[in-house]
Amino acid sequence: MPMIGFGSNSEMLDGFSSVPSFDLPRTTDFDGFQKEAVQMVKPAKGTTTLAFIFKGGVMVAADSRASMGGYISSQSVKKIIEINPYMLGTMAGGAADCQFWHRNLGIKCRLHELANKRRISVSGASKLLANMLYSYRGMGLSVGTMIAGWDETGPGLYYVDNEGGRLKGDRFSVGSGSPYAYGVLDSGYKFDMSVEEASELARRSIYHATFRDGASGGVASVYHVGPKGWTKLSGDDVGELHYHYYPVAPATAEHEMVEAAE
Amino acid sequence: MARYDRAITVFSPDGHLFQVEYALEAVRKGNAAVGVRGADTVVLAVEKKSTPKLQDSRSARKIVSLDNHIALACAGLKADARVLINKARIECQSHRLTLEDPVTVEYITRYIAGLQQKYTQSGGVRPFGLSTLIVGFDPYTRIPYLYQTDPSGTFSAWKANATGRNSNSIREFLEKNYKESSGPETVKLAIRALLEVVESGGKNIEVAVMTREEGGLRQLEEAEIDAIVAEIEAEKAAAEAAKKGPSKET
Repeated sequence: MPMIGFGSNSEMLDGFSSVPSFDLPRTTDFDGFQKEAVQMVKPAKGTTTLAFIFKGGVMVAADSRASMGGYISSQSVKKIIEINPYMLGTMAGGAADCQFWHRNLGIKCRLHELANKRRISVSGASKLLANMLYSYRGMGLSVGTMIAGWDETGPGLYYVDNEGGRLKGDRFSVGSGSPYAYGVLDSGYKFDMSVEEASELARRSIYHATFRDGASGGVASVYHVGPKGWTKLSGDDVGELHYHYYPVAPATAEHEMVEAAE
Repeated sequence: MARYDRAITVFSPDGHLFQVEYALEAVRKGNAAVGVRGADTVVLAVEKKSTPKLQDSRSARKIVSLDNHIALACAGLKADARVLINKARIECQSHRLTLEDPVTVEYITRYIAGLQQKYTQSGGVRPFGLSTLIVGFDPYTRIPYLYQTDPSGTFSAWKANATGRNSNSIREFLEKNYKESSGPETVKLAIRALLEVVESGGKNIEVAVMTREEGGLRQLEEAEIDAIVAEIEAEKAAAEAAKKGPSKET
């Protein structure tokens, strides 16, 4: 990008001796430029992930699309990360950041188990992650994750992000498709659902988010966390799910035209 | 031998760390302390050397709480104890903050023992001259524990233990007389054990009790202790009389 030196900006420096200069971008709106630059570098949290607590434990679901601006770089990204056999993390934001920090959290959880001869609680694990991320605040990490698990106190669900924020809750959805997922999830949610009902709700919520949000798509994965740990329930291609929910019935006019052509 | 006891970090040829052993001597000279673990109660009892009349006894408490559910008694250098207790209290709160859970008894014991060990392997410092007895109930499981640490930094769990002055005789007594107990029986056992080496009377003993239901540390009043001591004496007298046999009774 062509730069002009500070010294040549003659209106400001008439009469002053030339000061040591540094290059500035050729623009009149410097603050706006700076904001754009930050936005360009900031990875968009283009994804849909959700998790909710219900009678039978915690249901965790996510899509599998990775996008770089308008380019779909992958349709098969694993966005539900298995921290250990009884805890799951979801990925939204920078894939590398999420993967690395979840792996790191898994190590810390295991060390806690070895030192204290008991599993770490979900609140403890999420706090370890939140504190780690807080110490990197402002350094460009992009992590919007949910930690779901089952511990001594029952099912646990926490939302943790790269600002170091940490929220305890019953229902969360994270990512660019989350508004759409929330719509379906919130209207269909009941605490007293069976595992089948809950997994269907989770799958449908992800599907509807992938339908409307361009940055979400691929495969809708659904995991269940129960007292004995997590199990993967399903992984359905959202394209196929579309025809499953909205099967194409040939209209009568079309039908006649096809017949006439034969 | 004298050459190997100057600096803490120097082993003697026969594998001793003399500074640590001297610290254990300091413990042996400290006041007697007893800890007993019952099914739903844990008790700490400490010998109280006669308090000067003008001293405010509340400021010289020998049994302290580290958190709502953990208590500590020690034998040895009291000033060292203060430092260790402060660090342990901070660690209890720090654990609550980062793990959102209270410490387990084993965790805080491991922390204190770790501190004591650190000071046996650093330059320019001496070991802490105290052994601690740590009691408490684990969060959630509410299982009672009694642990002991010493200046070398080792720790282990006990059903009943003693440290400080005449701890060997107290321990012998406990080994002979320990049985699973709960509630007031546990308190009585601890006081009986301490009375083996301490002059009888409520003003020579400090006792604190923690029960599973109540939680929290309760220091017994002098009157309460006197009452239990009286009970113990009565039982002892009755046992003596029974031993002397029905022949003496008419």
